Amino acid sequence: MPVLPSPPIEVERFVKIYKTVPAVDGISFSLAAGSITGLLGGNGAGKTTTIATIMGLITPTSGRVSVLGADMPKQRYRVLHRMNFESPYVEVPMRLTVRQNMTVFGKLYGVADLRERIAELGRQLDLTEFLDRPTGRLSAGQKTRVSLAKALINRPDVLLLDEPTASLDPDTADWVRAHLERYCRERQATVLLASHNMAEVERLCERVIIMKRGRIEDDDAPAKLLARYGRRTLEEVFLDVARGSALSEAAQ
Amino acid sequence: MSAPAEEAYALSARRIGAMMLRYWYLLRSSWPRLLDLVYWPTVQMVTWGFLQYYIATNAGFFARAGGTFIGAVLLWDILFRGQLGFSISFLEEMWSRNIGNLMMSPLRPIEFVAALMVMSVVRLSIGAVPVTFLAIGFFGFNLYGLGLALVAFFFNLMLTSWAIGIFVSGLILRNGMGAENLAWSIMFLFMPLTCVYYPVTTLPVWLQPLAWALPPTYVFEGMRELLIHHNFRGDLMLDALGLNVLLFAGGLFGFLKLLESARRHGSLMQTGE
Repeated sequence: MPVLPSPPIEVERFVKIYKTVPAVDGISFSLAAGSITGLLGGNGAGKTTTIATIMGLITPTSGRVSVLGADMPKQRYRVLHRMNFESPYVEVPMRLTVRQNMTVFGKLYGVADLRERIAELGRQLDLTEFLDRPTGRLSAGQKTRVSLAKALINRPDVLLLDEPTASLDPDTADWVRAHLERYCRERQATVLLASHNMAEVERLCERVIIMKRGRIEDDDAPAKLLARYGRRTLEEVFLDVARGSALSEAAQ
Repeated sequence: MSAPAEEAYALSARRIGAMMLRYWYLLRSSWPRLLDLVYWPTVQMVTWGFLQYYIATNAGFFARAGGTFIGAVLLWDILFRGQLGFSISFLEEMWSRNIGNLMMSPLRPIEFVAALMVMSVVRLSIGAVPVTFLAIGFFGFNLYGLGLALVAFFFNLMLTSWAIGIFVSGLILRNGMGAENLAWSIMFLFMPLTCVYYPVTTLPVWLQPLAWALPPTYVFEGMRELLIHHNFRGDLMLDALGLNVLLFAGGLFGFLKLLESARRHGSLMQTGE
């Protein structure tokens, strides 16, 4: 019988307790290769802890988190070169030019054709004319595109995105989403996306995991969630889950 | 060693070079950063140089002990600037909120430390080398006249500065920017104990064993021995080296443990105060 490859991201009974406070309380899920999954939840739901653990920045209290078959964070160096992430809470150095930042990160990730890759990302993300400008002198939208370029520099197989379009105007946000969609389709990359923007999640994600107080409250395709909760938008579903009202009422 | 552990300690010259490039770009982009490297060592050297000049013309002993103050100032600066050069490069990552990017990249902690060590030498060279030439011009004190002894002094002082810089960086990773002040001030704890400007015998007897437990004490004693009695004490340098190896290993071990603790406590995601 052929051995099936392990899912790109696999979380099994993952628990994280800070001192005595449980941030994540025994969640399990796995993501299929080439899928885009949304991770939703209010503040303190455990999204950031989950993503940080998948990135290898946090050690689980118990349970297992693996990426591309490697246990995180123990075996992270086997796979970190095939992953990347973008978050508004982490920045690339502002005094360095865009090209300098791309060069440094490209070398850290071992990108072979770095010069061409930087030029390619410049074209794809409309950054060519800014490549030799200090990153700190760019607009918020341009900086987000630089962060995205950093996240894509190594053509990652697993991409973790935490609020990728936060604080962007609608046009730039839409542009970023379109680029992400194209990248994932072409590269067959697996993406886990944490966002408070429900329209973004509805557009990009084929699956949505909703967390609340460290647990998974629901997990399904957006259309199925809408049907199950009897709602028209994912935002309404999210509010139902967040306020703990919903499923029973919807069923009634 | 198990496979994951081997991967964690594997070194890549490419990744170390990438980090050095990052700091070099930063230095190049900011003249205040470059000026900061030079101006304080210059002020120190000039102030202490004039003090030494004044004392030497009024006291027989100091006339014979030519250069001990300026020598001490310059060697102290190697120790202090070496640690500060290491810590500031590390702090640049915290200030720019880039530490998450690095910790999530394939960069190993050992490679990060190696790049910071090299950059501390680069920063020190930019700051201290011009000052040593000024010392020749102003006071006729030629640090390079110490010859091979200077190499032994420099190597020992850099090892100490790295060990302390590595440990302080671990404390900041684990405890956030609340621990930043340690990077600026910790070396001053060593100043009275390592007897930079006076012999160990000046200390109370009960404090002397503590002074001898610190590697820089041997360097400053060795410097005075060389300048006053023209005698290079290789034994002191070997003792300092032995202690430095222990201190460096302890600093690195502490850094790795603090990093591990930061992963357990989620501190790498919260690098603020």
